[in-house]
Amino acid sequence: MKKYVIRRALGLIPTLFIIITVSFFIIRLAPGGPFAREKAVPDEILRNLERKYHMDDPLVVQYGRYLFDVLRFDLGPSFRYKDHDVNSLIAGSLPNSLILGLVSLGAALTLGIAAGIVSALKQNRLVDYTFMSVATVGISIPLFVVGPVLMLVFAMRLGWLPTSGWITGRYGMQTLIMPAVTLTLPYFAYIARLSRASFLDVLRSDYVRTARAKGLPGGIVIFRHVIRGGLLPVVSYIGPAFAQIVTGSVVVEQIFRVPGLGKFFVQSAINRDYTLVMGTVIVYSVILILMNFFVDLLYGYLDPRVSYD
Amino acid sequence: MKRIILSVMTVAVFFGLIACGDRGGQEEPAAIAEEENLPVEFILYNGAEPETIDPALISGVPEHRIYLSLFEGLMSYDPETADPIPGVAESWKISSDGLTYTFKLREDAVWSDGTPVTAQQFVDSWLRFLNPETAAEYAYMMNMVIEGAAEYNSGEAGPEAVQIRALDERTFQFDLTGPAPYVLGMLAHYAFSVVPTHVIDEYGDDWTEPENFVGNGPFVLKEWSPQEKLTVVPNETYWNRKAVQLDQVTYLPIEDNNTAYNMYKNGELDWSTEVPNDAIDEAKLRDDHQSNAVMIVYYYVFNTERPPLDDARVRRALSLAVDREEIVEKIRRKGDVAAYGIVPPMKGYQPPETFSDNAEKARQLLAQAGYPDGEGFPVFEVLYNTSETHKKIAEYVQQRWKETLNIDVELVNQEWSTYLNNRQEGKFDIARAGWAGDYKDPNSFLDLFISTSALNGGNYTSAEYDELIEKASTMPGGEKRYQVLAQAKKLLMEDMPIAPFYFYSQSNMIDLDKWGGWYTNVLDIHPTKDIYMK
Repeated sequence: MKKYVIRRALGLIPTLFIIITVSFFIIRLAPGGPFAREKAVPDEILRNLERKYHMDDPLVVQYGRYLFDVLRFDLGPSFRYKDHDVNSLIAGSLPNSLILGLVSLGAALTLGIAAGIVSALKQNRLVDYTFMSVATVGISIPLFVVGPVLMLVFAMRLGWLPTSGWITGRYGMQTLIMPAVTLTLPYFAYIARLSRASFLDVLRSDYVRTARAKGLPGGIVIFRHVIRGGLLPVVSYIGPAFAQIVTGSVVVEQIFRVPGLGKFFVQSAINRDYTLVMGTVIVYSVILILMNFFVDLLYGYLDPRVSYD
Repeated sequence: MKRIILSVMTVAVFFGLIACGDRGGQEEPAAIAEEENLPVEFILYNGAEPETIDPALISGVPEHRIYLSLFEGLMSYDPETADPIPGVAESWKISSDGLTYTFKLREDAVWSDGTPVTAQQFVDSWLRFLNPETAAEYAYMMNMVIEGAAEYNSGEAGPEAVQIRALDERTFQFDLTGPAPYVLGMLAHYAFSVVPTHVIDEYGDDWTEPENFVGNGPFVLKEWSPQEKLTVVPNETYWNRKAVQLDQVTYLPIEDNNTAYNMYKNGELDWSTEVPNDAIDEAKLRDDHQSNAVMIVYYYVFNTERPPLDDARVRRALSLAVDREEIVEKIRRKGDVAAYGIVPPMKGYQPPETFSDNAEKARQLLAQAGYPDGEGFPVFEVLYNTSETHKKIAEYVQQRWKETLNIDVELVNQEWSTYLNNRQEGKFDIARAGWAGDYKDPNSFLDLFISTSALNGGNYTSAEYDELIEKASTMPGGEKRYQVLAQAKKLLMEDMPIAPFYFYSQSNMIDLDKWGGWYTNVLDIHPTKDIYMK
């Protein structure tokens, strides 16, 4: 087990190295640059800017310098937000995305798994159809529709909630409700459908039939055998879902003015803010890799057939 | 048993996640109550996240709004007209040839840390701004008018070449390259700002952090959380402190203008600086919708190096074939003004009528150029950056050219940076463009199309045009100079390297029964120091 953890941890390094290298060169291939403006910058001023950000060096030298900085955990200055460096921008926005992401993913998992179990147990009954209809709606309606509709109803019409903002602002925790609900919906939907299918599978499996035949009470069969087996696909989905929900909630962040990482992720690419693009890509990759790693470990506990020794 | 515990733990982890999230922000209510006790807070939608608050590095409109709160140059803006009014300067003298300006600074002009604003600081600030290492984007504005600035900024000469000087503690003087009569208006712009050099020496690049920040404007920086808000509070040492009535101004960066509009309607914003296109019909019915013409022009650039667009007759034909009134009234519906020239009307300058929409004449011109009824006219592309408005206009123009001239064009839309890159490098046939005047003078627009301009993406070259602009730059202000500029404009509209479509009308949402000191003006500049609650 220990050996496995160490091996996986070491495996992170080359993976990250490849991600950094590939994205460093790919973003440079995109036309335009960080200093492109509607009012084109005159040549001599552009040269000043390029010199200031060392963009007049050959690309390989820039790459070497960047790699060296990353090794010291310095992601460099932002090309666009000149009063901040990438480290402080990420440090300021990642926690907000994490809060929103954890709340949404937590709600999605709890509700989704519960809905999945109930639907599987009451297959083709009214409860099942109700949950699965909600799930279908959740998957098919995009966030940029759900968000504004919620805002229209609960903020504009009913006046129960503020339109937007963040928990550190004047309206406090209330502001978390609408973005979290919006973000929860598609993940809830996906998890509910996934777990329903997988529970159905497990309910019909031989070992559950054996457990029942042994005369175990229904509750123990469900909690001890069905849930554990049925959760496996959901667990493997948590890794990418978590990384996605943390960095990919751009739409929700924009609509509800959540000061999170997702906005930087998209804005930096549009602005060709090279260092910030790299910073967000690195953070995203680390989260994804780590989550996959944890999920693999969790697998070992849930599935007795998986062994790492 | 062990397995049951594990299952329970797995579920507990999920619940734990939720609990953690909830705890994240529960200590906040105290801070909120404090904020609500503040007498007058003014909250505004400030567009994109500000890139910087260092006046030497800023280049956008959101940053400019913040600049007007935090700093004050020699001149500042009149809230009603956006004309220059004295800021740090108390009085000034202009030499008889119009080339040397001598400013007397206010005695009571001090920084927010109590140290006086000196003439030497103006010299140091301007030199810092021009220093190639600072890499200021707006340096070109100073390069245009201040003697020796361009040489220093491009690295050809040292700082001593720049003709600015402190005659004593409170007297500041500079020499111009020509008698630019619009220079006083320029001095209110952030490109001519003064910065606290004593603080910058101490903290370096960190001087813009709220805890280090020192300014000389009506407000000082209180808090700045990126993507969330930037707040300013009155500067107690400001020379005109009693004129400042707001107790706090909060600038909200909002990426989604529909959210901003909803916030405004819900009473969460006091001033929304933009109205989403979808909501314009609704907004126009409200009495807190403020709309007025501003100095921004929307136009198409022709690539004058690519045949058949290298023929002025073809360019004129394409331009005349468009019905501008239709664009303004049926497509934009925002109250914009049809443009028959590049320079919007401004005080003292009424642009001459140079052409009008005329489909018949357009057909004739195209026939003269060798394409009767569009025969043999090659297919070319219209480039615009991805946006619903640009798309609608491009589709209209495409259809209009097909109907009146019988020629086909293809529409190409590109993501912002790609589009900018291609347009500025001249990799297009026809491209959409826009331009906002930086100061109230026709020169702010006409200057774009001189052959050496970096902004002249269509590579228009005309020795005659260059000469006229050059000539105007050596003339003192007045009717004669305007005549030369009008001549240049006429020439431009004959050669038609661009097809102007309309001058923007700017929509703001603010309740003027509640707030005073806010006026519509052509530069869309509204200093916060003049805003008060009625």
